[in-house]
Parts: sequence; structure tokens; C-alpha cells
Amino acid sequence: MKQLARSDTLREKVEELSGQNVFACYQCGMCSAGCPLSEEMDLLPHQVVRGLQLEDWTVMESNTMWICASCLTCEARCPHGVDLACVMEAMRQLYLRKSLDHIAIDKLTTEEIARLPQIALVASFRKKTG
Amino acid sequence: MPQPRIGIFVCHCGLNIKRTVDTQAITEALGEYPGVAFATDYDYMCSDPGQRLIKEAITEQRLTGIVIAACSPAMHEPTFRRAAEEAGMNPYLCEMANIREQCSWVHQDREAATKKALRIVNTIIEKVRGNHPLEPVEIDHVNKCLVIGAGIAGIQAALDVAESGFAVILVEKEPTIGGHMAQLSETFPTLDCSQCILTPKMVEVSRHPNITLLTYSEVVNVSGYVGNYTVTIRKNPTYVDPDKCNLCGDCENVCPESTESEFERGLVQRKAIYIPFRQAIPSSYTLDEETCLGLRPLRCNECAKVCDPKAIDYDMLPEIIEEEVAAIIVATGYELHPISSLGEYGAGLIPDVIDGLQFERLLSASGPTGGEVRRPSDGKIPKKVVFVQCAGSRDPEHHNAYCSKICCMYTSKHALLYRHVVPDGEAVIFYIDIRAGGKGYEEFVQHAIEEERILYLRGKVSKIYREGDHVIVWGVDTLSNRLVEIEADLVVLAISIDPHPSNPILSKVLKISCDAEGFFKEAHPKLRPVESLTAGIFLAGAGEGPKDIPEAVSQGSGAAAKAVTLLVQEKLSHSPEVVDINENICSGCGICVNMCPYAALAVNGGGVAEVNEVLCEGCGTCVSACPTGAAQLKNMTTKQLNNMIEVALRDV
Repeated sequence: MKQLARSDTLREKVEELSGQNVFACYQCGMCSAGCPLSEEMDLLPHQVVRGLQLEDWTVMESNTMWICASCLTCEARCPHGVDLACVMEAMRQLYLRKSLDHIAIDKLTTEEIARLPQIALVASFRKKTG
Repeated sequence: MPQPRIGIFVCHCGLNIKRTVDTQAITEALGEYPGVAFATDYDYMCSDPGQRLIKEAITEQRLTGIVIAACSPAMHEPTFRRAAEEAGMNPYLCEMANIREQCSWVHQDREAATKKALRIVNTIIEKVRGNHPLEPVEIDHVNKCLVIGAGIAGIQAALDVAESGFAVILVEKEPTIGGHMAQLSETFPTLDCSQCILTPKMVEVSRHPNITLLTYSEVVNVSGYVGNYTVTIRKNPTYVDPDKCNLCGDCENVCPESTESEFERGLVQRKAIYIPFRQAIPSSYTLDEETCLGLRPLRCNECAKVCDPKAIDYDMLPEIIEEEVAAIIVATGYELHPISSLGEYGAGLIPDVIDGLQFERLLSASGPTGGEVRRPSDGKIPKKVVFVQCAGSRDPEHHNAYCSKICCMYTSKHALLYRHVVPDGEAVIFYIDIRAGGKGYEEFVQHAIEEERILYLRGKVSKIYREGDHVIVWGVDTLSNRLVEIEADLVVLAISIDPHPSNPILSKVLKISCDAEGFFKEAHPKLRPVESLTAGIFLAGAGEGPKDIPEAVSQGSGAAAKAVTLLVQEKLSHSPEVVDINENICSGCGICVNMCPYAALAVNGGGVAEVNEVLCEGCGTCVSACPTGAAQLKNMTTKQLNNMIEVALRDV
């Protein structure tokens, strides 16, 4: 079995985490055309995959992966069976693993903790696990 | 018996063999093998200098047999046997040791591969030691050719063979010849009217003295072998005598039953008694028994009542025709991928989402709208038409992995012709890549874009649905990275090409293979593109792979040329490497007769098995079944085989 080695490139990391071959994508754009949320994205889903093919780290700064709701419409229609929801999740994981901008729980006041939705707290803990 | 003097010729095949097998080392080792008089190696043994090397060695070294250690015998055995023959050696004393496909291509460990190559060559040396000179078996053949399918490829093939002076039987499943080309409006890139260039050829076929045309007929069985195939054809009853039918159309007017017209691709209805189109050949009506109200046991009889020339015969029966032919050309053609499988494009349930062939009918002067583009739902002239390419093509996940090849061109043509007919209409084409490889093709597409202002959007449509009077298309333009939503009046899908549904049935009947996609498989994708792997069976047209008209015509002519090269030969030859029965020990038990898959064996009046050498393919099944050892393959006797196994197992 192939060892899960720490890879250096963005593409390899995403492929390793998602189990998808980003080079299977031939940029037909069917994912973007059918995505119910693509209007809210600053990069369309196919552009994100193109960015990965080009090893362009700026895709990590786009809001696309955070808008993706994993509805799997793209995956169901993709002619090459690329599971974009998996790719987006892999990118989210990579981002979270950097442990950026997480909430310092110990600095929160009791009042703030009471006001915060529980799920937000859970999410911020998750960011620390990367 | 004189001592054997065997020559060994090791080929590097460029780096194909040399990269994995130490060719020099095996050449040296083989030189030491008992009975080997000469061993050498060379870059490309099949090249002219390589063959010269072999010929010179045969003469100078007085060789009694040679082994070429190179590629598969399926590739170059005929080449090397011909070279041996030219040097005066009986060609059956030349054998090939396959150290490429069965060794260098499938291994990486150089040392192990080298040892294996040596073993392979050693076994073949043992074979050659036991070989005897043989003479090919000669076969008489008939002088007819069968063509299956009368679309443009089959028509071209039939005409070419017939023009060469040989009889042709042209079999077509449908009631008319012409195939899909007859449905087309104008053809790219020159925009000739399809009917104008096709119908004269159809007429030529029907009038040619050398062509017997059998429409509404199917090939149900084929037996025999190259030069002497026996073909069984079932001619389905049309219930109308074509000689009497005068095309008055009275029958059609009174017929109470109708169904979707196949020729008009469901855009209009046709009656149970119908003619696909006015220029159909044969020029006669056909009664479709599936749709007819009551062919039997009850008859509505309306059509027969009004038929003045008394052409209708309800008692017509299927006719079984047997023919002897030397060669068969298979030109079955294509069918469109089912629209029902394209769920995101409406699965065929949206009336104004149609396929390319339906659009051809709308554009055609002889079509249901007389050449006016009117959409199926309400007959309005659509002002905005969206064309969707790659509908089912290049989609290994759900549909066909391959490119259907013709859609880029016909979609461009569709948009252009639409703009000619509806000058104030807007045409938008969604594409992934434009594949316009062909003479004048790229120029045609560029012309459509530049002169007809057709907007090409690079992206695959994700969803098509109906909203009120419109068809909504969700797409994207990946060049500007903009989402595109279009309210269209009509959508035309460039649906993928499927192999003809009769391909799997015919592949069994003809014993020729299909590839993974279901298209007929050619003998070699580059060098033998019009031949099947079965001798005497040739391929033409889209049944072999997606093709446009010029390619289908070229392949039709190519297959005809191949068939004619076979027909002009006085006698055909067959490999003499067949089974031989030793009459002295054959007990006449007949086990071999039952085992033979080619029906080549029979027990004769003398009580011993007899071989029909023409039918025998040398498979050896009888040899392994024969209890007395009377059946032996020529140049592959049990003794030879045992020796080969022994050296194969010996250490090298």
C-alpha cells in the first residue's frame, strides 16, 4: 500500500486527502454551470480545479471551498467522475491544519461564550486539531 | 538425415527489446546451442538490411531452418517467411520466437527477462528442428461479395466491387437504402445537398447489373471460410410487391393506423403502410406488420381495397435466401445514443430539446416543415437556438468515453444553416473543444463564427429544463468564467454516436470481434484499418468507429479494394499447418469429429478420420482428444511439443 507521505505540493496534498485525480478534469465547466451556489463563489469550481492543476496557491484564498455545501451536484454530473466535494473538503482540511485565525477560547468572556452558538465553538476547536 | 544448421536472428526492435533483454548476451548463448550454425543480432530485423542479413545467412551458411527472435508472429511472420522463401528456403522452416510482447514488453527485471528470452528462443529452436517443408493448401473460391448495410459506406463499397466486374449482394435491414446520409439536409464543409449527392448513387446501386439489392433483409447465418462463405439472409415480408406498386399513395391515405416516422425521427407520424421518403429505393411502399391494425388473423383490408395495381399481398412470407460469397464487407453504421439517458438534458421529455438528426430533418427541404425551422412544441420559428455539443460524448463516467468526431462540424453547420433560414435568429453553441480536423473544416467553423456571428461558449451545459414557453439552459463560459443562463426557444443536442445495435448480433454471426465500445475491431488500427481479424471479412463506415461522410466513403472504397484483391486471385491459399491423420493407427472412433470447432473432420468410408485441410485452422483440439495419437499437427507434433516443453523447463 502506498504510504501517506507528507507531500510538498498543493496538488499532491489535495489529491492525497481527497483521493481524486485533479488531472482527470478537462475543464468543461459542467460543475460550475450546475452548482447551485456558484454565484456566491469568487472562483468557480472548475477554476479552483484549474488552479490546483497549475499549482496556484491563491485558490486557497478564495471563498469557494467555504461556500461549497457538498450537495454533490457537480460530482453527479462530472463527465470524468471528479468528486469536487471531496476536493473542496480536502482544501478545507488543508486550511484548517494551518490553525489560522482560531478563537482563543481562554480569552473569551463568559458573556461571549453564552452568546456564541455551540457549533461555532465546536468549529473553532476543530481548527485547533489540524 | 543431415545435421541441422539452424540460424538465429535476434532483433533489438530499436529499444523495444534491447532495453529489457540483453540481446548481445542471448545471441552469444544461442550460438552455442546444439544444432545452431549461426547467430546474430540487429537493430530492426524486419527492415530491408535486416531481411538482407537473413537472406545472405541462409545462402552462405547453408541453413536448414531459421528462428527470428523478435515480435509476435501475428506481426511479422509473413514478412520473414517471405524473406526465407526469397532465399530459397521453404517458408515453413522459418519460425518466430516472440521475445517482445511475451517478454520485453511485460517485464522490467533485465536479468530475468534475458533468461526468459533465452528460454523462449530455445523452445522455438526445438520446434524448427522438427519442422518439415510444407506447401500451402490451395482453395477455389466463388466470385461474389456480400455487403451488409446500405448506408453511404456500404453503397460505395458495393458500387466499387460491382464496377470491378464482380457480383455483389447488398443487404439492408431498413425498407430503403441510403442510411443516415439520406436524412441529412446539407453536408459540411461544402454544403452540398445530401440528397442531391446521395440519391444518384442509390439509383446506381438499384440499376447496376452486378448488384443484387435485398432491402428489409437481415443476415442470419454465415458459415464457411474465406473464398467460400455460405450466407443465409432472411428477407422480411413488405406485403407490397415492389414491381406492381406505383407509389400512388392511396393506401397510405386510407390506412387508419399510424406511428412515429423513423425517417423523420418522430417529428411526424407515418402510416402503417408507408414509404420512408419519396426518393426511397426500392421505390415501393412497405407494410409494417407491428403497426398494421390486423394483418392476421383479422384484416382491416382498407389498403388492399384501394390498391389499383393489386400490389398488396397480405400472405407474403419471409423469404430465406442462401448465397455463396468469397468476401463480406460489414458496413452497419451508427445509431444515436439514447436521449432518454441524458437526464440533465430532459431525457427526451422536453419537446423543444431535439437531437441533431431531428434538426437535420427540420432543415431539410424534404423534411416535415419543408425546410423551415419550426420547433416541435408549437410550430413557432425559434429566435434563439442553443446547440449543446458533447451530449453523451467524452463522458466515461456516464455515457461514451470517446469523441463522436462529427458533432463539432455538424453543429457548426447547423448553426450556420439556421442563420441562413432565420436571419434574425440567434445561435449559441456550447462546446468543450472544437475538433475540426479535415480538409476545409477549420475554415468552415471560422467562417461560421466570423460571418454568421455565431457565439461559441466554451463550457458544458449542466442542466436544461422547461419554463413556460422557453427552454432554460444552464451553462458556463470557461473563457470568461461567467455563469450563463439562456432562455432558448429550441435546444439541439449533438448526441453521441453509438455503434449500430446490430453490431453485437453480427459479431457473433460473422465471428468478428468488437472493441470495448461495441464498434467492430479492425485487424490493425493503423496498417489494416478496413480488415477484420477474420480472413475475407472487411469493415467500412461508422460501424467500425465514428466517421463523417468522406471517411465512410474512403473506407467503403478501401474495403472494396481489399475484397477485390481477394476476388481477382485465381486460387486462395491456406496455411498448411493443419492436422494430419496417420491412417495406420486411426481407429475411426470419431471423437475428433465431435471435438472439431471448424467441422473440418469426418470419418470416411475407409473407417478413418479425414481432414478437410481448408477448414482446419490448426487449433490442435483433435490432437489432444485423439486416444491413439493418430492426429498430429504438421510442424507441431507431440514430439516437437514435448521437446519444447523440456527445454523450456531446463535451466539457462
